[in-house]
Amino acid sequence: MITSPPAQRGATPARPGGFDQVLRAEWVKFRTVRGWVIGMIVAVLAIVVLGLGPSLQGSCGKNGPASECSGPVGPGGEPVTDSFYFVHRPLAGNGSITIRLTSLTGQIPAAGAGMRSGLVPWAKAGIIIQAGTRPGSAYAAMMVTGRHGVRMQYDYTGDVPGLAGSVSAASPRWLRLTRSGDTLTGYDSADGRHWAKVGTAILAGLSPTVPGGLFATSPQYWQTALALNSVSGGPSRATGVFDHLSLQGAWLGGGWAGRAIGAAGGPAAGSPGGFQQAAGRFTVSGTGDISPSVSGPAGGGATIAQTLIGVFAGLIVVAVVGAMFMTAEYRRGLIRVTLAATPRRGRVLAAKAVVIGAVTFAAGLVAAAIVVTLGPRVLRDNGVYVWPVTPLTEVRVIAGTAAVLAAAAVIALAIGAVLRRSAAAVATVIVVIVLPYLLTVAVPILPVGATDWLARVTPAAAFAVQQTLIQYPQVSNVYAPSAGYYPLAPWAGFAVLCGWAAVALGVAAYLLRRRDA
Amino acid sequence: MTALLALRLRRARTRLLPPSLVPPSSVQAAARAFGAEWTKVRTLPGTGWLLAAVVALTVAVGSAAASAVSCQAAGCGQDPARTILSGIDLSQAVVAILAVRTISGEYSTGMIRVTLTAMPRRITVLTAKAAVLTGLVLAVGAASVLAAVLAGRLILPSHGFIPVHGYPALSLANGADLRAAAGSVLYLALIGLLALGTATAVRDSAASIGVVLGLLYLFPVIASALSPHWARHLQQIGPMSAGLDIQATTGLRSLPLSPWAGLGVLAAWAAAALLSGGLMLWWRDA
Repeated sequence: MITSPPAQRGATPARPGGFDQVLRAEWVKFRTVRGWVIGMIVAVLAIVVLGLGPSLQGSCGKNGPASECSGPVGPGGEPVTDSFYFVHRPLAGNGSITIRLTSLTGQIPAAGAGMRSGLVPWAKAGIIIQAGTRPGSAYAAMMVTGRHGVRMQYDYTGDVPGLAGSVSAASPRWLRLTRSGDTLTGYDSADGRHWAKVGTAILAGLSPTVPGGLFATSPQYWQTALALNSVSGGPSRATGVFDHLSLQGAWLGGGWAGRAIGAAGGPAAGSPGGFQQAAGRFTVSGTGDISPSVSGPAGGGATIAQTLIGVFAGLIVVAVVGAMFMTAEYRRGLIRVTLAATPRRGRVLAAKAVVIGAVTFAAGLVAAAIVVTLGPRVLRDNGVYVWPVTPLTEVRVIAGTAAVLAAAAVIALAIGAVLRRSAAAVATVIVVIVLPYLLTVAVPILPVGATDWLARVTPAAAFAVQQTLIQYPQVSNVYAPSAGYYPLAPWAGFAVLCGWAAVALGVAAYLLRRRDA
Repeated sequence: MTALLALRLRRARTRLLPPSLVPPSSVQAAARAFGAEWTKVRTLPGTGWLLAAVVALTVAVGSAAASAVSCQAAGCGQDPARTILSGIDLSQAVVAILAVRTISGEYSTGMIRVTLTAMPRRITVLTAKAAVLTGLVLAVGAASVLAAVLAGRLILPSHGFIPVHGYPALSLANGADLRAAAGSVLYLALIGLLALGTATAVRDSAASIGVVLGLLYLFPVIASALSPHWARHLQQIGPMSAGLDIQATTGLRSLPLSPWAGLGVLAAWAAAALLSGGLMLWWRDA
């Protein structure tokens, strides 16, 4: 199995006992064992077949063009929810709008049927200036929210806090939004005399005439039921009462027009809202949300991580090969030859880790690239909405998946060196990586707090590199691993796995040096 | 005629042979094979550790899961028996290791040739191994499950699993709880047989454990990425997802399979694995 490389003339001669020579010897060992090479090919095939094979079925686009599931897309390219009641008139140039909000009330679904009074935390009412009335248009808005005080939000993802506290007739909120070219600035005040700047938004390429005015909206109400991980809810409604409206600048005449934006086909069935105007008082009520879209109870769809489910089959094969790469040396006594040739035992372990890590990374890269490129296409053909991702994110998911496989193979190698028993080494790797994933993501039988903890400390935290969904603090949702939201950032989760790999390698190197082979 | 002759020859030879070389009757042969396999399992290094790990993991994981859940009001829809027995999810992997090394260890050391020379009836060897393993796993499984149930009686009431919320204390006198507990012991024994059959067919220990744990864990993982219809079918045929239905004590109607039918699916897997392992053992060179 081990062959001393032929003496090379002219080319860079391998230093006897140097790391490059050990590396070469280990590579020869790997590629000459047919079972291991076949194992790597099987791993790639498993990932590809399970990724492109029969999977989710959906109804998007299956019943004519009206059933397409593509929602509006915000200025940053992210999918957004843009559904609210808008009381508007055109602003042809620079100007500002100032208003006082004296009340924000709402309705949420009652336990049985019908509605009861209540306000969801991110119910919104205030003033907004939009690039257009098409859903997904750029905007900047000053608003009072149900439980998060005054906010300036812009372009769906921007969110700046203003005055805290809730609004009432005794404690009203004054809001002001000023346009100067492409720049919109928000101010708030508790009394209408002392104003504080909340934030500034630049809406690039804003056309001279834009709609602006009052709005109200209220996102889906939901609650986690007592039963595990089950969520119930429905559309809610918010009503804001405004007065002391004052307009400055190039507002055009013609009075106020009310319009429900993005209501058609939205989740908020029933009345999309409305407004009343009497003696300088505006009452605006609406339903929906102006926010980035999220998966989970407030939305649906598949992520590209779901096409990579075959990684678990690949992971098991890779763990088997990784463990055998070490334990096979012990079975036939080859380890004594290896250590006689390279008495520096740490080097042998390092060379083995580099070889198995590099081979697995390459195999994983090929498999993940195929699946991430073609998998979403298969899902879309099946009528499933797939959350869009940027090319950079795709690259991260592909490289991250390959790196997770490589780290798992290195852990298997290290545990194989520690235990010297293939069965125990393979079982340990599978149990520490696949079982936590099973319990946190696939079949979450534990409450969210416990799954979050598992997704932080166990090696399964590494699957965070596959996450493509973003958590937005300004959208309430169940941000659980089972919905595609990991508690750790992508590379932080991978770092947890690397930490485990480093510990395993350290213990393996220590024991390899101390014990008799 | 020839049969009669053979019998006479055999008797004549038997009379001439010293008692220790008398070919044993089939019952004696089985008893000897059983004894030999018991000695092997008993004297293998690590058996004690693995058995201790089964008990420790079953109780520790079950207790941790029970400490993480709570029931604030009646109708919280949780299954306390399944929660406290969820350590089986993990300890089955240890049982699989235990089962795989009873046969693959023999192949890696060449011991299998000695074994088959001493006991040329290969199916008897496999039966003996299966019997010893089943006895061992049933014993350690019963100890683990009893310990877990005791832990459940201590932990669960302080997390809201009280009679007022519709959860009387876990008790083996209760039919559903008894089914979950006894079924979990049987589940572990069947996992052992599944792993033994697979390892007999595959021979290599790393590949065997990979195949067994893949069969167990991959079905529910892949089911999570499929639409509900296909996911349910996958849960009905997966050895782990179907077999663990035996632990359910609430919401039986929403299960993919009834508890005993689920355990039956696992039994079918174990039988198929043992059958293919037995055929390969009988057919192939050792």
